[in-house]
Amino acid sequence: MTPSAPPAIALDDVRKSFGRLEIIRGLNLSVAAGERHAIIGPNGAGKSTTFNLISGYMAPTSGEVRLDGQVISGLPPFQINRRGLSRSFQVTNVFAHMSVWENVRCALLWTTGHRYAFWKNVDRLPDVRERTAMILEDIGLAARAEVPAGLLTYAEQRALEIGITTAGGAKVILLDEPTAGMSHAETERAVALIRRLTEGRTLLIVEHDMSVVFGLADRISVLVYGQIIASGTPDQIRNDARVQEAYLGVEAA
Amino acid sequence: MSSTPFALAAAPSRRRDALQFYGAWLAVIAVMLILPRAFSSGGALTTFSLMGISVIFALSYNILLGQTGMLSFGHAVYYGLGGFLAVHAMNAIGAAKWPVPLPVVPLIGGLAGLVFALILGWVSTRRSGTAFAMISLGVAELVASSALILRSFFGGEAGVTANRTKLFKLFGLSFGPQIQIYYLVAAWTLIALIAMYALTRTPFGRMCNAVRDNPERVQFVGYDPHIVRYIAFAFAGLFAGIAGALSAINFEIANSAYLGTQQSGVALFAAYIGGIGVFIGPVIGAILVTYLSLVLSDLSSVWQLYFGLIFIAVVAFAPGGIAGLLLRHRPLLRAGQMWPVLRAYVVAAPPTAVMLAGLVLGIEIVVRHTVGTSDDPVMHLFGYSLDTGSPLSWAIAALLTLVGFTLARLTWKHVARAFDDAMTVARAKGYLA
Amino acid sequence: MPGLVPGIHALIDNKQDVDGRDKPGHDGDQSKLRTGPILDRRIAADLRQWQGARVLELIFTSTLNGVLFGMLLFLMASGLTVIFSMLGVLNFAHASFYMLGAFFGYQVSRWIGFWPALVIAPLAARVLGAGVERYGLRNVHRNGHVAELLFTFGLAFVIEETVQMIWGKAPVDYRVPQLLDFPAFSVFSTNYPAYKVFMLAVAVAIFAALLIGIKRTRIGMIVQAALTHPHMVGHLGHNVGRIFMLVFGLGTALAAVAGVIAGPALVTQSNMAALLGPILFVVVVVGGLGSLPGAFIASLLIGLLQTFAVAINVSLASLFGPLAAGHGPSLLTDVWNVSVAQIAPVLPYLLLVLILIFRPMGLLGTRET
Repeated sequence: MTPSAPPAIALDDVRKSFGRLEIIRGLNLSVAAGERHAIIGPNGAGKSTTFNLISGYMAPTSGEVRLDGQVISGLPPFQINRRGLSRSFQVTNVFAHMSVWENVRCALLWTTGHRYAFWKNVDRLPDVRERTAMILEDIGLAARAEVPAGLLTYAEQRALEIGITTAGGAKVILLDEPTAGMSHAETERAVALIRRLTEGRTLLIVEHDMSVVFGLADRISVLVYGQIIASGTPDQIRNDARVQEAYLGVEAA
Repeated sequence: MSSTPFALAAAPSRRRDALQFYGAWLAVIAVMLILPRAFSSGGALTTFSLMGISVIFALSYNILLGQTGMLSFGHAVYYGLGGFLAVHAMNAIGAAKWPVPLPVVPLIGGLAGLVFALILGWVSTRRSGTAFAMISLGVAELVASSALILRSFFGGEAGVTANRTKLFKLFGLSFGPQIQIYYLVAAWTLIALIAMYALTRTPFGRMCNAVRDNPERVQFVGYDPHIVRYIAFAFAGLFAGIAGALSAINFEIANSAYLGTQQSGVALFAAYIGGIGVFIGPVIGAILVTYLSLVLSDLSSVWQLYFGLIFIAVVAFAPGGIAGLLLRHRPLLRAGQMWPVLRAYVVAAPPTAVMLAGLVLGIEIVVRHTVGTSDDPVMHLFGYSLDTGSPLSWAIAALLTLVGFTLARLTWKHVARAFDDAMTVARAKGYLA
Repeated sequence: MPGLVPGIHALIDNKQDVDGRDKPGHDGDQSKLRTGPILDRRIAADLRQWQGARVLELIFTSTLNGVLFGMLLFLMASGLTVIFSMLGVLNFAHASFYMLGAFFGYQVSRWIGFWPALVIAPLAARVLGAGVERYGLRNVHRNGHVAELLFTFGLAFVIEETVQMIWGKAPVDYRVPQLLDFPAFSVFSTNYPAYKVFMLAVAVAIFAALLIGIKRTRIGMIVQAALTHPHMVGHLGHNVGRIFMLVFGLGTALAAVAGVIAGPALVTQSNMAALLGPILFVVVVVGGLGSLPGAFIASLLIGLLQTFAVAINVSLASLFGPLAAGHGPSLLTDVWNVSVAQIAPVLPYLLLVLILIFRPMGLLGTRET
């Protein structure tokens, strides 16, 4: 990577207010391409809001979000997605009445170029079929391909959520608490899955489970009250006095 | 609505699926060919023609509601405009002696539906859910009211008539006799059926389902739900226009009723009663609703009330419609668990029938008792006469309803239990759907 | 909205006998308004007599009637908005309760008089509404919003058919109470009926009561919270069901009050819900779904818009002269010759489309759906 390459994601003094309440208060963040970056912070710090601002779910009140150097703030989510950013949701957000197979397939129809095609038989698209089968294999749901997504177990739905997010081949992936509510064994499997699926891509992850964060991330940013108070390698963060005071100190105590 | 991922399906089952698939279509064609031979009276042929038109209309409606999750109260706008354009086209073709045969006219209606859907749909498909429903109603009222102002095109209250026999004759077909109209409608119904089914199997069709299930998430896999809804709306307009044109050909007239709320309601009722979750649902619904409206209107002056009650019952107790109701039993059938459920149904049937009989009796008594009806106050039922003025008949109706209701409630609880038990067994055996 | 407006405008062609009850007058209008040359000629003749001061008079009475119509709309739109915000259902049958109010009012006033009817009819509608919520909507709720909306759609259909079954298709003879059957005041040469003043007074009184209720009572607080934070409604606690029932009942009662008081002045007929319903939805969409102030502004706006439109008999032809004689009947002549009064029924829907293009959320709306 040449030093002149722009960061995969850059937030520049981003602010977001709801009414009179300012949730994000001048957020600056930079995630280099290919990096696994985790955002941690106490509840209500604005982690999910940050994700919503980056992915276009909400527009920032002021400030700028850039993807590979191009301004994306203010764009609708689908345009941001088409530029190569894909996100998952904290609350499972799948297509409940459609089968697992169809869930994954829908997630890659755009990037495989089939878009709004109403003249092609969707079952006769070899590229789509192969990639769908591959992703189902990856997320361990191949045997459950025909089950309606709404009938999956919680852990399976979370895996499907990750599958949908990564299926389109976006080069920047945002995962919002992918292991929330999982057992220890499930969490380990999920982390391995995330590691595998985001290989060679940029990952931004919000996570509460510290073992996941410190095991997975190359860099960590700490978000408190709508501002990044520290950003660095796991070791730097572990030893940062402000972080310990503001966040880790409370939880680790 | 499960798809068969070809990569995973074993080869023999794929061949069996294909056989079933093409067999079903051949069966549809066979039924279409046999019907006019089995029932050849003019009335029957008209009924079949109406059913075909209704099938296209209901299926076009389901592109919106069932496939894309858009609840429209104004779908008749495109049906009606298709009908009016078809009538004007017939008149123009007949007058100018253009070499355009009648079977092409539905296409003109379809194009009219498509064009108007493209014009009117852009704004309304920007929103979904309740807002879309209200907007569709507003647009429908706008068009219906405008139709009464633009008299030269819509012909005011009387409508516009046409003569379908005055067109260019292909193979010497005059399209005067109803049997020829039947075959015309049947052919177009088949075309529309195939086209609309094929549409569900395309990338676009699959994304319609995705928008229906979760319009928010669709945005995060690269799709603009507005565009998906807009294209779906355009297709729905196209097929509604074809249905309207066929109707105009059948009746040789188009009038403001074609555009009205009532006609939109017909599509909604047919699609929903049949079942919006399955492709075949609206087909079942359209045939049933057309048949019922013909039969019920002969039997009772308040047949529309019964219709409304049936609709409410479906919404409240069988939101999947008839097709959904049948499909729910598929895992039970596969798992061999039908018997206990069937037994429960047999037990529940008599009290339910008693309750319904009481309700119908009560309604019919009120009808004969109130103002505005000059019917004979004495009802004749199965050889018995019932004076609707006497308190005795009121008491009988009330008693039947109450006793039937009390017993039916108990037996239906039993049905629900039996169903759940059977379903648990079926699930355990791995039959989910 | 042919059901309501022509009734209010009965005074245009009945200047001598201002009794809003002159049924032939407004029944006739209803069909003529949508179709006709007869009304056209009559209004034209009337308007030719009206010069100078009459224009002022027209403005005055139209404003009064428009506000009256707007307040009636708001009586219904307020209930509809609050129900939508709390239950998430746009009650398609809301206008049906307005109709039931009118018919109950008619029936009760025939039995024991108008004044008891004014109380009994809304109470009956309220019980019915609460029942619909408790035994209908609540069961359908688990099947989702579409099912709920369809349930109310089916309900509207069934109520219309039932009303037709019991009272017939023709308008019923619902009269203005004797006590109020006199002209309240006259403007220039037109008498303004006391009953309309009474209608306005009732509407304003209920509006005031609503405002106070929403600001001061517990249930009002909950409604307010629901309006601003609809997603929080689920956290109201164990009595949420009771509150829903209460709100639904109150909303339907308000619609019924509108029906009881509007019935004698307008046409009480089995199609009145179907005529008013779509207008009501225009009001809530134009105002912004879930916004009470928005519904208020939109109610008045549409009330005034329609009332004035009906009173204006100007067409392109009357402004610029008739088209050249060579023109046969065509779309152009249709548009050229139609008067503003004739397009009055279209105006709310035109407004709707314009709002959707330029302000998709509605005037004061904040929500997508």
